[in-house]
Amino acid sequence: MSTTEDHAPTPSENPAIEIEGLNKWYGSFHVLRDINLDVAERERIVICGPSGSGKSTLIRCINRLEEHQEGRIIVDGTRLTNDLKNIDAVRREVGMVFQSFNLFPHLTVLENCTLAPIWVRKTPKAEAEAIAMEYLERVKIPEQALKFPGQLSGGQQQRVAIARSLCMKPKIMLFDEPTSALDPEMIKEVLDVMVDLAQTGMTMLVVTHEMGFASQVADRVIFMDEGQIVEQNNPDEFFNNPQSERTKLFLSQILSH
Amino acid sequence: MYEPFHRTTDDMLRERPAPAATVGVIGWLRTNLFAGWINTALTLVTLYILWLAIPSFIGWAFIDAQLAGNDRFACTGDGACWAWLDQRINQFLYGFYPSEETWRVNIAFVLLFPALAPWLMENVPGDRYLRWFSVAYPVIATILLVGGFGLEVVQTDKFGGFMLNLTVGLAGIVLSLPIGIVLALGRQSRLPLIRWFSIIFIEAVRGVPLITLLFVSNIILPIFLPPDMALDSVIRVIVMVTAFASAYMAEVIRGGLQAIPKGQYEAAQAMGLNYSKAMRLIILPQALKISIPGIVNTFIGLFKDTTLVIVIGLFDILGIANAMVSNPDWLGLSTETYVVVALFFFSVCFSMSRYSIRLERRLDTDKR
Repeated sequence: MSTTEDHAPTPSENPAIEIEGLNKWYGSFHVLRDINLDVAERERIVICGPSGSGKSTLIRCINRLEEHQEGRIIVDGTRLTNDLKNIDAVRREVGMVFQSFNLFPHLTVLENCTLAPIWVRKTPKAEAEAIAMEYLERVKIPEQALKFPGQLSGGQQQRVAIARSLCMKPKIMLFDEPTSALDPEMIKEVLDVMVDLAQTGMTMLVVTHEMGFASQVADRVIFMDEGQIVEQNNPDEFFNNPQSERTKLFLSQILSH
Repeated sequence: MYEPFHRTTDDMLRERPAPAATVGVIGWLRTNLFAGWINTALTLVTLYILWLAIPSFIGWAFIDAQLAGNDRFACTGDGACWAWLDQRINQFLYGFYPSEETWRVNIAFVLLFPALAPWLMENVPGDRYLRWFSVAYPVIATILLVGGFGLEVVQTDKFGGFMLNLTVGLAGIVLSLPIGIVLALGRQSRLPLIRWFSIIFIEAVRGVPLITLLFVSNIILPIFLPPDMALDSVIRVIVMVTAFASAYMAEVIRGGLQAIPKGQYEAAQAMGLNYSKAMRLIILPQALKISIPGIVNTFIGLFKDTTLVIVIGLFDILGIANAMVSNPDWLGLSTETYVVVALFFFSVCFSMSRYSIRLERRLDTDKR
C-alpha cells in the first residue's frame, strides 16, 4: 500500500469502470491500442506518460468526450454506446476537471456550481445553492461565491472547477492534468483539495505529472506510452522498482529536476 | 561589480501618489489633447474647424431661420426655412394614415416602451408581467395599426412616413435575431440536411441586393403561400427585410460561436447538459455577448434599409420627403427636408449604438 497518512477506505471489489479491448483512432492515427482497465469503487488511479501517449484521450473516453471505435466501456454499470440516454446517464455520475478550468465566465462562481444540479438533476435552487456553498467551503473559497471566474487566480479557479463537479455528487471524478496550467505556488492549494477528496473515498482517475501526489494518494499508478498501458503497479513499486525501460527513462526525465 | 545588500521590513518602500501632472484634469489634457507636437497641432486644427462650423450651422438652423409661412415664398432670409414643418410633419410621421386615427399610432408607439423595457433593462419593476405584455405587444400593435375589434380598418397601403420605417424596422429586428440564431446553429449542425439548408439560405439571400429581393418578392413569396392569398405589401416588405437581415445575423452570430473555446462545450457536456441546454445556458449567452457590435450593426443597417420600401410603391419618411422636395410649393428646400429625415434616422440608430455600448459594459464579466 501507499506510504503516507492515507486514511481513505480501501477500494472495494465492485468495479466502477470496466474497459475492455479499447481502441481508438483519430483519422488513421491509432491513439489508443488495446486498453484493458478495471477501476474499482473508491480506487484512486494516477495515469502518467509522455505527451501524446493517449492518457488524456483515455479518460475523455470514459465520459464520452471522445468516441471510441472498438472495445467496451462500462461506467457504473452503464455501457457507453451511441445511445444518448446512456451517455447522459454516465455524465451525470462522472465529474471532470480540466487543465484549463473551463469555468463559465458569464456566470458567478455560485452560478457555475448550481447550474448543472438545477438543470440536470432538477434540484431546487435554494438546495442547490446550499450544496454549492458546502463544497465551496470544502475547497476553501466560500467568500468568492459571488465573484466572476475572471476575478480569481488560477488556483482558485481550479478549486471552483472541482467544487462545481462535486456539486453533481458524482461517483467518479476524472482529472485531466489539473495542475499543468498553474503557477508553481498555486499547485499545492489544488493538490491539497484533491488529497482531501481522495480521503473521502471518491473513485478518482487523475492524469498528472505530480509524482508526489501519486505516491501520497494513489492505489495504482499507470504509465502509458504510444497509446498503450506500458506498466502499472502500486506507487511504491512503480517509483522505486520500475520494470520497463520506457518507464525508467520517463521517471528519470521527470524526477531529474 | 555589485554590492550585496538586503532590506529589512522597516526599510521596504511605501506606496506614494502618482505625479500631479499625470492625473486629474491636467493629466487628461496632457495625455489626450497635448501629448507631443503632432497631437497638439491636430487639437488646434480641430478646434479651429469647430469654431468655423458650429456658429455658422447654428446661425443657419436657428438664428436666421424662418419658422412660419404657407409656402417657400414666405422664406426670404439667409437661414433655413422650417415653415413647411408645421404643414407636413404629420405626413412625415404617419404617411397617409387617416389623420383622425393617428392617435392609434401614437398609443402603439407609447406602448412600445413598456414592451421593450423588461428585455433591455435590468431590475424593471414588475418585469415578469411586463414580459407577458411584450409577448402580446405585436398583436396589440397590429390591431391598433390595422384596425378591427371595433376600430376602423386602415389598409396597410395607407401606412407611411416614419411610422412605416419603425413598423418594418422593429418587426425585422425582433424577427431576424431568433431566425439568425437558428440559422447560425443550423450552419454548424452535424445533420447535413439542416446544414445545407442553412448554408443555401444564407448564401442565396446574402448574395442578392435587398432591392432585388423586394422587386421579386411578389414572384417568390406566392410560391410558399396558398394560391388565392394576395400578400399585403407591408408584410411582404417585413418578410423580405427579415430574411435579408437574418442571413447577415446568422454570419455575425456564427463568428461569435466560433470564438467560444472548445473547453466550454466540453465542460457543459461533461456536466451532463444536453445540446439545447448547453447552447441556451452556456454557449449562446457568451456568443451573443461577443456578437453585440455585429448584431447592432446589422440592426442599424436593417433600419436604414427600410427606406427601400419605395421600390414597391410604399412611402416611408424618405419617400414623403422626396415627394415634398418636388412639390412646387416647397421647391428648393431639399437641405432642410433631408436634414430632418437624417435626424429621425440618426436619433434611432445612435440610440441603438449607445445602448449596445452600455449593454456590453454591463455584460463584461470576464475582465471585471
